[in-house]
Amino acid sequence: MTSTRPSIAVFAIGCFVVSAMACRAESPAVKNCTWCHGTSAQGYTPAPRLAGQQSLYLENQLAGFRTHARDNPLSQQYMWGAVANLSAQTARDLATYFSTLPPKAAGDGDMELVATGRTIYQVGMPDANIVACVVCHGPNAEGVGQIPRLGGLAYSYLKRTLEQWGQGYHTASGPPMPNIARKLSSNQIGALASYLSFVK
Amino acid sequence: MRSLLIRLRLALQIAILAVAVTGAARADDQHAASSGGVQAKLGYCKDCHGPSAQGYRGYFPIPRLAGQQTEYLENQLRAFIEHRRTNNVMFNVAHALSPSVISALAANFRSLDPPPVGGAPRQLVAEGKRIFEDGVPDANVAACAACHGPDATGKGEIPRLAGQLYPYLTKELTNWGKERGQNPAKPDTSYIMSPVAHSLTKSQVEAVAAYVSYLK
Repeated sequence: MTSTRPSIAVFAIGCFVVSAMACRAESPAVKNCTWCHGTSAQGYTPAPRLAGQQSLYLENQLAGFRTHARDNPLSQQYMWGAVANLSAQTARDLATYFSTLPPKAAGDGDMELVATGRTIYQVGMPDANIVACVVCHGPNAEGVGQIPRLGGLAYSYLKRTLEQWGQGYHTASGPPMPNIARKLSSNQIGALASYLSFVK
Repeated sequence: MRSLLIRLRLALQIAILAVAVTGAARADDQHAASSGGVQAKLGYCKDCHGPSAQGYRGYFPIPRLAGQQTEYLENQLRAFIEHRRTNNVMFNVAHALSPSVISALAANFRSLDPPPVGGAPRQLVAEGKRIFEDGVPDANVAACAACHGPDATGKGEIPRLAGQLYPYLTKELTNWGKERGQNPAKPDTSYIMSPVAHSLTKSQVEAVAAYVSYLK
């Protein structure tokens, strides 16, 4: 009898500690996101990685889903409903939390296209009026402020997003991305998406 | 008579061919004009510099072009091409611009008048105004207003500073000697600003940049 009580106590304390850690790691609000956005928010097709994303960018996207400004088909189908009951403060807290998670690069692009994608990203294509992405998105595609980190996002997500802007879907916050994406050929989009999927 | 007819027919065939060829060439020129023409290039500039050329805080600060002196804009675009001013991105951009497109773009930007993007630390503005209007006599720095105008709108080759981006101004003043006047074979007027940039302290640079960044 006396030998089991200490082990029950240890077991109970153990459970408490583990569940407390789980609470700290994934609150209910966070769990609502990671169902689709993957373990540690690394993304799970078609939902993009949120880990390591610029917090102001995430906040703006959540606002854009609320106002329906960001209107591509998957956003309409999943994200408009997901944020319908999200308060501004919770949105900000979630954005901050996800920005602190270490991102993993998807690395799922076409390796043969990486060199072309790198050139478009770092130098642009002046004769085709395509700007160098690096000027806004940074040398490592890390982003800043409201400008998103692109490095390591999934090939299919980057490709789909660029294509959708060319088809007339809107961003959460207006120009310039739709204007830029409209000018890209589908080969150039594939190259950019490939390059970026590998950038750590 | 027969040889005349043959020559006439040949002349007619050549004429038809000439019209066809120039017609095709014109279509090519139009295609080239549509990507090299002013409207297309204007959209290209605005992708980075903002829909009203007000500038943009990217990873690197992208300067305001709206309301800028045309002589200054044209000089800077030439400076990128001639490696007098070092900037890899703008070197490539400027290379793709013909002189007539450069003039048209400059005139277009001159006419734009959006409000400043703002964002500079407000508490620095008062000291910045003092430096702008009175200079820093102890450091032999003339009043900026003397050349850039009391409202910082510039004159001739001297650029407008009013409404310019705060992080762009601080970067330029701090890096002046590393970015401007870089071609020893083609010395340019950027040398005028060298002693000013050199003599201002970091906090003076930040103050005067904050002040002018809010001017309309």
